[in-house]
Amino acid sequence: MDQYTRWTFRMTPYRVVLIALTLLMVGVATYRLLFGLGAATNLNDEWPWGLWIGFDVLTGVALAGGGFSTCFIIHILHKKKYHSIARAALLTSLIGYLLVMGGLFFDIGRWYNFWRPFFYWGHHSVLFEVFWCVSLYTTVQVLEFGHILFERIKSEPLKKLFDWMLPGLFIIGVMLPTLHQSSLGSLYIITVDRLYPTWWSMIIPVFFLTSAVFVGPAMVTFEGWLASKAYGRNFQAEMPVLTSLWKVTAWLLAFYFVLKCIDLTYRDAWGYVFNGSFEANMFLVEILGFILLPLVLFLIPSVRNSVGGLVTTSILVVVGVVFNRMNVVFTGMADAAGGHYFPSWMEWSLTIGLISAGILVYCFVVENFNIFHEDQEAYKAKLKKEKARAVADGGAPVQA
Amino acid sequence: MSKGMLIDITKCIGCRACQTACKQWNDLPAVSTSFSNDWSNPPELNAYNWTRVGFHLLEDGDQVQWRFAKRQCMHCNEPACESACFVHAFVKTPEGPVVYKENLCVGCRYCMLACPFQVPKYEWDKAFPLVRKCRMCYDRLQEGMEPACTTACPTGANIFGDREELLAEAKRRIKNNPGKYIDHVYGEKEVGGTSVLYLSDVPFEKLGFRTDITTKGIPQYTWSVLKWTPHIAIGWTAILTALYMYTKRRADVEEEDGH
Repeated sequence: MDQYTRWTFRMTPYRVVLIALTLLMVGVATYRLLFGLGAATNLNDEWPWGLWIGFDVLTGVALAGGGFSTCFIIHILHKKKYHSIARAALLTSLIGYLLVMGGLFFDIGRWYNFWRPFFYWGHHSVLFEVFWCVSLYTTVQVLEFGHILFERIKSEPLKKLFDWMLPGLFIIGVMLPTLHQSSLGSLYIITVDRLYPTWWSMIIPVFFLTSAVFVGPAMVTFEGWLASKAYGRNFQAEMPVLTSLWKVTAWLLAFYFVLKCIDLTYRDAWGYVFNGSFEANMFLVEILGFILLPLVLFLIPSVRNSVGGLVTTSILVVVGVVFNRMNVVFTGMADAAGGHYFPSWMEWSLTIGLISAGILVYCFVVENFNIFHEDQEAYKAKLKKEKARAVADGGAPVQA
Repeated sequence: MSKGMLIDITKCIGCRACQTACKQWNDLPAVSTSFSNDWSNPPELNAYNWTRVGFHLLEDGDQVQWRFAKRQCMHCNEPACESACFVHAFVKTPEGPVVYKENLCVGCRYCMLACPFQVPKYEWDKAFPLVRKCRMCYDRLQEGMEPACTTACPTGANIFGDREELLAEAKRRIKNNPGKYIDHVYGEKEVGGTSVLYLSDVPFEKLGFRTDITTKGIPQYTWSVLKWTPHIAIGWTAILTALYMYTKRRADVEEEDGH
């Protein structure tokens, strides 16, 4: 670990832009906290929830779902071949959740009261469960990161302490997201007879949980590809691991589709799928374009085994989950809510600024902590072992 | 005993005395109005208009007729807002009114999303806004008085009393006046029953009431799913722990065998 002696942050033109967007966000956030939601947003009585809850929170948590699903596979099921992506998945998930907490804080009208749900238990509210789970899980992820932090800062006793906590953290760190990923869907059970019937269902929590799991491998693939572009890493080398992990997504996409069909049949709601309304067509686009199309693409070997194919398929899944959450929050509610809502420039600025800040933090962490290199260490060790074995067998050392 | 209001739309003359009484008692500021197609005024329920008489010009063959429908919080028996609030700022009182403890409110606005009648409104013009809605003059009730709006009503279209008695009265009016009323007391069964009841001689959907609405208490839907949370939390943690230990052991054995 000699390469990490100083903290570094490389400046590039892209990063200057990201920093500018982050600073603008800080200004907007300050304005919003001082002057209120009405002054900063286009939210209104018909649309009490807008971009920040719909995208920053509901979609943000889903896209950060790669953290708990890979944690389940790698640390709970001990599938060691996926070890190389574990830290990157944890990092993006942790950053994702911190952004969600940020987005949520700016969205609550009386932010100085944010601590109330810790002490006044509205246990009959889905939001109560979501609030507790998301808060606890963010803490769990910060603690999980302690393992990486104190490896870098080189404090043996602290690292040992955090390592000792890890198994418990992994288990709680899978249980909590299972609860709140599904509960984010349960939030909309209360909109019975208002949310369009293709999306409303008593089992909407199962749909939210399933999609939060299947978007995980897609998100890891997409982020891995972006990181390989940015850091000149060999993405081809990660393809076998990602294609293998992607099988989880493929199975769950199929499960999601079948469950949707069963649900629509059980509720006798197929009429709402084919009535030609805007909502129905948006639903068809969602299912055909972002559930079935990526599934079919993945089943074609030449597509899933090519970088372009797997990345494109992954992007379809990620966009699909964003599309689904937007449909639940906006498309499906529009008819019942009435009125009009389009985010103000300040709402956009805060959302974009939070994402920019997240990217900057990600860059800083991967450049200063051992996020990617764990796999390369393992690779080197394997080469060494093979070399030793070859020597022992009396043959020539293999070319590394 | 749980109180309520009975609003007989056939008796309402659209004088808006109830709107004015509500504003006066609750000290609500005037809001700027604009001309609306149906002559209703103010144009909508909002944080400063807790009740509003909707004017409806209905066509009946070649006749046109006015109907006036006063709207406000329905004070549900099982309020969605109460179940949605994660700090329990909304409370269904034994007396009937659904009241709001403003000092607890975090401002998440889930109540606004939850309400099947879109009643809770927000003070969008304030830096630290509160949710506002009709509270059936809970403060007056505690002093033994009626709500401001029912005392102001000159025709008896809006009366206050025990909900059960008002329901019986509503059914009596339907029975004693054959053909006059729609055979439906709105609020008797809607979303599990509401403290505010309506009688009408024209179909409720023509007056902007939602009739395609569930008769089950909305909190029951949520609770039927949410109640599983502790079981899932404990069961899933146990399963995860077992999986962790089993697969760890297996991986360790494989490691020993492999090398």
